[in-house]
Amino acid sequence: MTTPLRAPREIAAPGNGGVGDSPLRPDGTLKVRGEFAYSSDLWIEGMLWGATLRSPHPRARIVSMDIGLALAMNGVHAVLTHDDVPGRKHYGLDLTWDQPVLAIGEVRHQGEPIALVAADHPEIARRALKAIAIEWEVLEPLTDARRAAFDPTYPQVQERPNPARYQPVRFGDVESVRDRAEVVVTGTYEVGIQDQAFLGPESGLAVPREDGGLDLYVATQWMHNDLKQIGPCLGLTDEQIHMTLSGVGGAFGGREDLSMQIHAGMLALRTGRPIKIVYNREESFFGHVHRHPAEMRYEYGATRDGRILYADVEILLDGGAYTSATLNVVGNAASLGVGPYAIPNVKIDTYGVYTNNPPCGAMRGFGAVQACFAYESMMDKLGAACGIDPVTIRQINAASQGTPLATGQIIWAPLPMAEMLEQARRLPMPAPLDASDIRNLPGGASQTTHGEGVRRGVGYGVGLKNICFSEGYDDYSTARVRLEVIGGVATALVHTAAAEVGQGLVTVEAQIARTELGIEHVVIHPADNGVDSAGSSSASRQTYMTGGAVKTACEAVRQELFARVPGGHTDLSLVGGKIVSESMGVLAAIEDVLGEDAIEETRRFHHHPTTGMDKRTGQGDTHAQLGLCVHRAVVDVDVELGLVKVVELAAVQDVGKIINRLSLEGQIHGGTAQGLGLAVMEEIVVRDGKVRNPSFTDYLIPTILDMPPMRLEILENADPRAPYGLRGAGEPPTLSSTPAVVAAIRDATGLDLTRVPVRPEHLTE
Amino acid sequence: MKAGTPGAVPIQGGTDVMVEINFDVHRPAALLDLNQVPELFTWERIDGSYRVGAGVPYVQIIAELGHELPGLAQAARTVGSPQIRNRGTVGGNLGAASPAGDSHPPLLAGDAIIEVASAAGTRMIPAHEFYLGVKKSALRPDELIRAFWMKPADGPQYFSKVGTRNAMVIAVCSFAVALHPSERRVGTGIGSAAPTPRRALEAEAFLAESLDWEARMDPEVLRRFGELVAAAASPIDDVRGTADYRRHALAVMARRTLTWAWNDYRKVRAA
Ligand SMILES: Cc1cc2nc3c(=O)[nH]c(=O)nc-3n(C[C@H](O)[C@H](O)[C@H](O)COP(=O)(O)OP(=O)(O)OC[C@H]3O[C@@H](n4cnc5c(N)ncnc54)[C@H](O)[C@@H]3O)c2cc1C
Repeated sequence: MTTPLRAPREIAAPGNGGVGDSPLRPDGTLKVRGEFAYSSDLWIEGMLWGATLRSPHPRARIVSMDIGLALAMNGVHAVLTHDDVPGRKHYGLDLTWDQPVLAIGEVRHQGEPIALVAADHPEIARRALKAIAIEWEVLEPLTDARRAAFDPTYPQVQERPNPARYQPVRFGDVESVRDRAEVVVTGTYEVGIQDQAFLGPESGLAVPREDGGLDLYVATQWMHNDLKQIGPCLGLTDEQIHMTLSGVGGAFGGREDLSMQIHAGMLALRTGRPIKIVYNREESFFGHVHRHPAEMRYEYGATRDGRILYADVEILLDGGAYTSATLNVVGNAASLGVGPYAIPNVKIDTYGVYTNNPPCGAMRGFGAVQACFAYESMMDKLGAACGIDPVTIRQINAASQGTPLATGQIIWAPLPMAEMLEQARRLPMPAPLDASDIRNLPGGASQTTHGEGVRRGVGYGVGLKNICFSEGYDDYSTARVRLEVIGGVATALVHTAAAEVGQGLVTVEAQIARTELGIEHVVIHPADNGVDSAGSSSASRQTYMTGGAVKTACEAVRQELFARVPGGHTDLSLVGGKIVSESMGVLAAIEDVLGEDAIEETRRFHHHPTTGMDKRTGQGDTHAQLGLCVHRAVVDVDVELGLVKVVELAAVQDVGKIINRLSLEGQIHGGTAQGLGLAVMEEIVVRDGKVRNPSFTDYLIPTILDMPPMRLEILENADPRAPYGLRGAGEPPTLSSTPAVVAAIRDATGLDLTRVPVRPEHLTE
Repeated sequence: MKAGTPGAVPIQGGTDVMVEINFDVHRPAALLDLNQVPELFTWERIDGSYRVGAGVPYVQIIAELGHELPGLAQAARTVGSPQIRNRGTVGGNLGAASPAGDSHPPLLAGDAIIEVASAAGTRMIPAHEFYLGVKKSALRPDELIRAFWMKPADGPQYFSKVGTRNAMVIAVCSFAVALHPSERRVGTGIGSAAPTPRRALEAEAFLAESLDWEARMDPEVLRRFGELVAAAASPIDDVRGTADYRRHALAVMARRTLTWAWNDYRKVRAA
């Protein structure tokens, strides 16, 4: 089989650093220079271009569809509809199988795929899409999430009934203490729809094989879960599909669901030609799920000295037309609905519903992000009501090792939250405003102020995120490590199916292999399904899970290597390429023991098992690990114009063990920036089920002038259950930065601010 | 050539044209590449006025005309990102005639004149007669924009633009002010708050009447000026902002920019 141009190849991991060092990543320089091969850069001789016809309506019936004109066009090789789906006609992220591969008689959200075209040129494909004639019966979209949750007369959106999931949490007994509360605060909070806004749009290549199978080159987050859906829909077995991860241009959850995979496969099988599909930016906004918008009602009762007695919470999450990740989003929001606070009596009702609004699913910190904005806003409100400052009110109620979460799960690892807050408070404050350069001011070079109306505010946020998959899921990762002598040097080949999505995973894999095998040379095999599942690059889990798998596989290789050293030593280790006996010193070079042989071991790594949430009480040991981040935000707000400049974001995060400081800091910076975006600008604006800003012209993400310098304090309190004691780190900062920024804006303006993103008109009304 | 192929779309920096093509808004039958016309890339001073070729990019306006055309240069600084400022031009901004184009308010406040040309000859169109409707201008299908003319600032000028992020953002609304002390007059320009960029004529007339050019700024005059600027707009609610907010922000920007200009003016006089 010919390999496409710019398909991934084995890469030698740069540098020689082990665990705890910061070797550079192989993709870094390439990306900065514009030379990195993304999945949209793939090319193969004879390929056709695939394109997707999408629904302009959020809810409508397809009365008739005529593909005749499109099919007759010169240069068009296939026009496919749901009739042409070779296997199962539905797929679904959590194997709910509720999402049609192509619309069947009706559409349930704007942008839903209806038909596919393969053509010689993208422009011909585009024209062919236009030539497909559809007669619509347009229906009023079902966009009211509240009615979807509570009104039994509200029409059903799809076959699965509403709510998609209802998860109560009952801990203690709220009613028994309601009367005893001396202070009661309530709040209703809203989170708008955030988008992952990854820069590399959905794209990939499907190449038909002579044996009837397919080679798929795609940018995804979890190949094996893709395959579980792609195979049945294409009518192929797992063995017939060879999948290779191609250059991923960011993911953030948005690539957990399938996009073009089955579509390209269908066109390739039909035409017998390789098919390339690349979404453009606008299509990308319809090509992946977004963050669930949320409406949240909170009531806290407390003693006058700020001790919370009870929390009464309702969380409503709109998942759009299909299930996607909604079941887990609800689980996270429910179990972490009051965050890292030890509250003796908790009642949480969490609903995830189907509507005809844009489909929502996985995005960095899902479920927990939404709840965090609400519970942190509540902490500030409670503090204000009790006359207690934001840090102290949090410390008074902080959870810690040994206290239970709302699910009853006892926090088993260190959780020094009160101390972390203290640390955040004590960090030096940024310098006072220097108005002599307008770029320091809200509005920047747009020159909306020379200092007039600008007030400074400070706010805090704390977020608790579950790391790895929860609720009893059989979560594992697999790694194959092969040690052999290449060019006279012991070299490890690390092979996993784990998706490098830009987080730096392959660098961490190499560091672990170096540390465990005492060598320098590590080569990373392209991620593909030639090895078993690594699970998803989500839930902050890959350093823990695939890192754990690589470590375990290396240990097995090491054992096998030691077994080949004569003399039955029991005190061996690998250092600097040598086999070293603690009692006898250096015994041999690895190369000498290996000779021409290779040692190859494949291992599957599981995290500590979890349980489900009880259906009625939500109780259970549902989480495998918890990650905590504390943010302090300092903002300058132009209170007359409602413009915000975040001056500084300081973060204190406990990561258990720093595996690669450079990558870790990148994760904290990036997660913080994404949280800042949600706080002040990022929103998919929807009216009547339709997206009004599917472009980077109007879906704004922070620029370098919006994201301030950060001060980081990184703690290493080991989680005894995790490899090296590490904690997943990518998501917690995304949670806490949003409420910290909003709290700082509240501090500057004195306004209530119950919705994110905060818009200028919210600050000037 | 433009006359021969009226359907041909002129392209200068391409920062609007290429976006529209990529987004499938237009599939022009032909592009007319103005980058082959060196004359468009030059500016000169003629009889006390600046004649700036339609193809002079923002970055050059900032670097070379910042002192003479400060309001326009400030606006140019707010356009997009460095890449966009390297390619984008005032000619293209005028060609697109978007109500949100950042060149327009300072062109209006500074009494710019647009020089347009066709096989039939040249027309000189004052900026305030150039903008006719949403993305519609007085340019005829057979005409091209050749240059704009502007007198060097005879007094302080300011441009201010509200966006929902601190860089690279399309205006929610914008405002430009230009003092013309020799004429005892203040020019204004409003952006992104009406179907076209426009002057706040009543506000200008009010200042012409009520401004005491020898005195400190009267807070009451300032307040009324803000009100009149806001009243001159006819904004809509859209995804970038509400009409109410736009009116409110225009009043604030009008007061602030006039204050800055006035302070500069008095400082210069005092010196
Ligand atoms: C990322 C990005 C950010 C942007 N940010 C801003 C911003 O902040 N503020 C802003 O105002 N704009 C912004 N723009 C829009 C654009 O950059 C400006 O409108 C710019 O001034 C266009 O100039 P250009 O030379 O690239 O025009 P082109 O794209 O070449 O042309 C624009 C239009 O003018 C016509 N045209 C060009 N030259 C002539 C001529 N000589 N005679 C007649 N018609 C002509 C073209 O046919 C076309 O209709 C942004 C664009 C992008 C892509």
